[in-house]
Formats: sequence, structure tokens, C-alpha cells
Amino acid sequence: MTEPLLRVEGLTKSFPVSSGSWRRDTAKVHAVDDVTLEIDAGETLGLVGETGCGKSTLARCMARLYDVTSGTVWFDGRDITHLDRREMRVVRRDVQMIFQDPYGSLNPRRRVGAIIGDPFVIHGTATGRELKTKVQDLMATVGLNPEHYNRFPAEFSGGQRQRIGVARALALRPKLVICDEPVSALDVSIQAQIINLLIDLQDEFSLTYLFITHDLSVVRHVSDRIAVMYLAKVVETAPTPALFSTTRHPYTRALLSALPVPDPDLADSREQIVLSGDLPTPTDPPSGCRFHTRCPKARQDCVATEPALRPVLGDTVEHPTACHHPLTIGEDLSLARPHIDAAQTVDDDAVPLGAAAPTEPGGESR
Amino acid sequence: MALLEVRDLRVAFNTPDGVLEAVRGLSFDVDRGSTLAIVGESGSGKSVATQTITGLTSGARVSGSARFDGTELIGASSEVLRTIRGARIGMIFQDPLSSLHPYYTVGWQIVEMIRAHDRSVSTAAARRRAADLLGVVGIPHARTRIDDYPHQFSGGMRQRVMIAMAMALDPVLLIADEPTTALDVTVQAQVLAVMRRLQEDFGTAIILITHDLGVVAEMSDEVVVMYAGSAMERAARRTLFYANHHPYSEGLLGSLPARGGARDRLTPILGVPPSLIGLPAGCPFAPRCPYAFARCWSETPPLRMVFDDPAHTSACWLTTVLGDRESLRAARVQRELDQPRASTPAPRVEVGP
Repeated sequence: MTEPLLRVEGLTKSFPVSSGSWRRDTAKVHAVDDVTLEIDAGETLGLVGETGCGKSTLARCMARLYDVTSGTVWFDGRDITHLDRREMRVVRRDVQMIFQDPYGSLNPRRRVGAIIGDPFVIHGTATGRELKTKVQDLMATVGLNPEHYNRFPAEFSGGQRQRIGVARALALRPKLVICDEPVSALDVSIQAQIINLLIDLQDEFSLTYLFITHDLSVVRHVSDRIAVMYLAKVVETAPTPALFSTTRHPYTRALLSALPVPDPDLADSREQIVLSGDLPTPTDPPSGCRFHTRCPKARQDCVATEPALRPVLGDTVEHPTACHHPLTIGEDLSLARPHIDAAQTVDDDAVPLGAAAPTEPGGESR
Repeated sequence: MALLEVRDLRVAFNTPDGVLEAVRGLSFDVDRGSTLAIVGESGSGKSVATQTITGLTSGARVSGSARFDGTELIGASSEVLRTIRGARIGMIFQDPLSSLHPYYTVGWQIVEMIRAHDRSVSTAAARRRAADLLGVVGIPHARTRIDDYPHQFSGGMRQRVMIAMAMALDPVLLIADEPTTALDVTVQAQVLAVMRRLQEDFGTAIILITHDLGVVAEMSDEVVVMYAGSAMERAARRTLFYANHHPYSEGLLGSLPARGGARDRLTPILGVPPSLIGLPAGCPFAPRCPYAFARCWSETPPLRMVFDDPAHTSACWLTTVLGDRESLRAARVQRELDQPRASTPAPRVEVGP
């Protein structure tokens, strides 16, 4: 077995939370908490989770856009956790990012040719005529008209702007491209164009992708493996087919079931699990298994001890799950009810949407 | 008689670049107690159409008719609209935070809403009703949370507050404009469940505006597909998904990542939506349509019945013999190969300049 292209081990990233009139740092929010994950060369790893689960922070730590609080980041066999700016610059050629917002990630006052040419200039790999030729080649590669070299970002549509972002990321022929919600801001018909482009480019340049999204249908389409995050932790990782056929973690199942399917017969017949409550705040995560406040299968041990991420019920090492009570194949989660000692879940008002509804007055989970 | 009958609605705005025709001859009906989904991409005019019906597009040039329960809404005075809006037609918008006033508690806002329409209701009674409503939409501890401010609620809870407010006066029609677009999927499922249950309990008709075909499949009875300001196709939910006629509907469904086939190429719709300023004659979808033929470029197709189904209309010149499509597609591909557009780059062209 060859070494993974990127490996993070025990990665934790915390941010200070300041409050009060003196803006003192009063608490810490663990955006990513003890995550270990590998990306093999040539594969696409999908990273899914809801708003605030830490998926973007994890990606930024991998690209060293954030300094990690603790843990190690290995890239291509090298520990890059504590490289300084100059040493990092060399690594940056191999690790590039594509961002969600095609409007916010391009400087509106610079011409497209200059934007795409930046990586060459910064790394001093091309100048003058050669630079222009390289940029125009890239524009053609991503399906932009090379004659539009001198236009401003505002003259392009959302889909075309995302192509500009892709061209810029590919300029230095990176090994790993981190795509942070690359199609979420686009309309469906345009979204399909960009997904096709990313898949074609991967085949052409043998790229490795980390594909971050909240859209499970997109991630299912592009990924070889998927990691599911909930409140700063990875709760389940599996090859794409296994994640859908033998879903182990109740959160993964709930996420899959909540996704509206564009197929009326299936929509009418499938199991619907409507989770109660909102995402708890990461400043004060629940004890034990972080999902226990919303989990239909929660038991007393879920409150007490945190489950380790390991293969369960005879799964392969490729498919670890962090759950004390993983789902068996065919188990109907919609019938499950939590059994936890009262205190946490008691609710005197009418709660029509299921039993447990944890509340956090003032809880800002979005 | 349908609850809401919209006929040939046209909405245009004057812009520095010319007249922007946001809605171009839209007609649809909404029956009592049913859900009509209006689906389309950004800029298709779906939000402008419903905002015009409720009199919220000031400064627009509006023509056509929208009869709501016997009352004409287009051109109605602001007094008439004010008695209907909120009381008989409730509305929810995409972003609940900017739709709620940050300085007032949610309870105050719901009470204000109830009493604005009926001063005979005492503040105490309105407050009781507000607390009940918050309970109905699934806000825990409704009686204490009524005194919280909007920022103290999460996104999903805020949208529930909006639904409670929209339902406060038992409207017969609820217009939901992308109600779950800003929410995470698990929270979206909760909010959709609340809407479905309210509809069952109160028999409210819903116009659901969305770009998400998954939400359409789960929530709607009938669907109108909009493109460039007009309806391309109107059909019952299952018909639209399994036996659609319009190439745009086909294209929208085709561009979704399929369930199952991983890493296959998707079939996107080529090109980009047209500008709504000075739109040329002919079918607005023709430049992106794989089947377009001569007539599509010269004459705008009207919505007409297809497949002998009175509930299924499509604005397309194609015959209902689906086999004919393949020869048309082949003919168009041949034409493109014969005369490649001058300014297009060589490899992998999916977006025109």
C-alpha cells in the first residue's frame, strides 16, 4: 500500500471567543477536534456536513491557511505542520483551492488574464509572452474563450467565474485541489457543467480532490470516498457505495434521509427521519457522543463516553464509524426512540416533531 | 373556480440598459388546499411574479390579471391589498433574519401583525394566540421564547417564527419564496414537515417557489417550470418528473447528479440563460435547446396541451412523438459542426461567450 498524498493526524483547531466589554478571550471553540484523515493520490474524498461542522476549517488547516492548534499534517510524505512561509510556498504549488463564491474570490478590479497569471508571477515560473500563452491555454482548458483575457470578472456569468477560479487553481499543475463548495452558488444547469469540468480535469491532469459540500447528491456523484463530519468530529468514513448501502452512523442516515430526492415515487415511499432540534453550539459541545442530543438511538452510554472512530459490525478498515449503537442493515431508524435519563430532554411545551428537542436559548448554530 | 387565477401577467422594469421584462405573459391557477410549485433558475422571474401579485413590486410596469377569490389584485388600491396581504395571503421569504425586525421580540411582531388587521383583538388575546402559533410550528418552550429577539433563534427556528407569523390570521394562501434555501438539509426537512402538517390541518393552499427539484418532488401537487419570465411547462408532479414534454424540463432533470451512476458525465444544459433586456422573438430557450429547429427561432410557442392531458401544457413546438426528437438533435449537432461559432475555443466548450 502506498503512502497517502495527504494525512492529518489528531488535528485540532480552536479559535478564541471573545466577549464582554474588554473583548477578553473567554472561551475556545473547537472548530476541528482530533480529526485523523487520509487522502490517497488520484482519489476524490468528499467531506460532508452541515453549516458550522468544521469542514471548511479542516480544509484550510490542510492547506495550512490556518495554523493548526495541535496535530500533524503530512503532505507527500513530509510533515508540513510547522513549515514557515518560505518553505510553505514550495508546498503551495502542489496544494491549491477553489472557493464557493465565484464573486467574492476574484478581485473585481483586475483583469482575468492577470488573475489567472498570478500563480506564475508569484512563483516566478513564467513571464512576458510565455505567461500570456500559458494563461490562454489554461482558459481554453477550462472552457473559457482565450480572447477574453482582458475582461474583468464582472463581465462573466457565475459559471464562467467559477471556471476562472478553476483555471487559477490549476495554473501550477498542483497535486491536490481542495474544492470548498465549488458548485453551491450555481444554478443546477450550470452546476452540472462545472462538475463535468472538474471530473474531466481530474482525468486529464491526474488530480487528487478534497471535495467539500453540504450537497449529498453532488458528493455522491464525484467522490470515491466520503467522510461525514458533525460538530468538529468525523463520525463516519467509507467508500461511496458502502456509505450509502451500509450506512452505520445514525447521523449519516438522517442526513441521507433529509435530502429531498427529485423523484416523486421515491419521495413518497422512502423512510423519513426528521431530526429534532438544531445543531448544538460548538463552544459547548454535548458530552460523550456529540450527536446524542438529536440521535433517535441515543442511550445512557452515549451521554457518558465518546465513541471512537473504528470499524463496527465487521466492516473493513476502510469504513470506520464513531458510534456506540451503529445501525444494522435494514434497521428502521424512524421507529427508534432515545432512552436517556430525563433532565436533558424534558420539554413541557408541545413539541410535535418528535420526542427530544434540546434547546439552547440564545444558541446561535448557524 | 380556482382560488388564484393568474392570466397573462407581465412585469417590466426600466433600467439604465433598457426595459427589463422580468415576467412575460405568465398564467397559472392555484386550487384551494393544493400546493403549486414554481420552479426555475435565478432570474427566471418566479419571485417577481408572486411579489407582483401581492403588490410588492413598486415602480414596475404591470399588466395582466390576478384574481384571488373573486378580487382582482393587479391595479387594486393599497387599502384593498393591505386587507388581503398578511390576512388572506401569508408570505414567507428565503432569509428569515432580514424579514424579522431585529429590535422587537418575535412575540411583539406577531401580536402587531394580528392587531394590525383586527384592532378588536386585545393585546393579551393576540399574545396567547402568538404563543399557541409558536408551539404549533414546533418551537420548544413557546411561552417563554415569545419574549426572545430574532437573533436569539437559530436559522431553522427563525423560519418557523416566520411561518407562525404568516399563518397567524389563517390565510387561505401561503406564498413561500425559497423558504428552505438558506437552511441545512436536516433543518430543511423539519421546516418542510411543518409546512406539510399546517396544510393538512388548515387546508391552506401553498405557492412554493424553489429552484430545488428535490423539494418540488416532495412537496408539490402541480408544477410550473419557468424560464426567462414565462412558463415553459405546467404539469402534475409525477407527470413532470416522469413524462415531461419541454426540453428545458428535460434538461433541468438531466443535469441533476443521478442517483447511483457515480462519476458519469452529467448532461448539463449548454450555454447560459438569456438577458431579459430586448429578448429576441422566438422561443427563449431555443439558443440552448438541443432540438431547436427553424420555427423555434421565429415564433414564440404558446402554452398548449400535450399528450391529450388537459392538466399538462407545454410551450414548445416539438410534437409529442418523442422519437422525432432524436432526429432533430442530430440535425442540430450537424449544423453546429458545419458552422462552428467564430469565437469559441477549441476543446470542451460548454459555455458560449
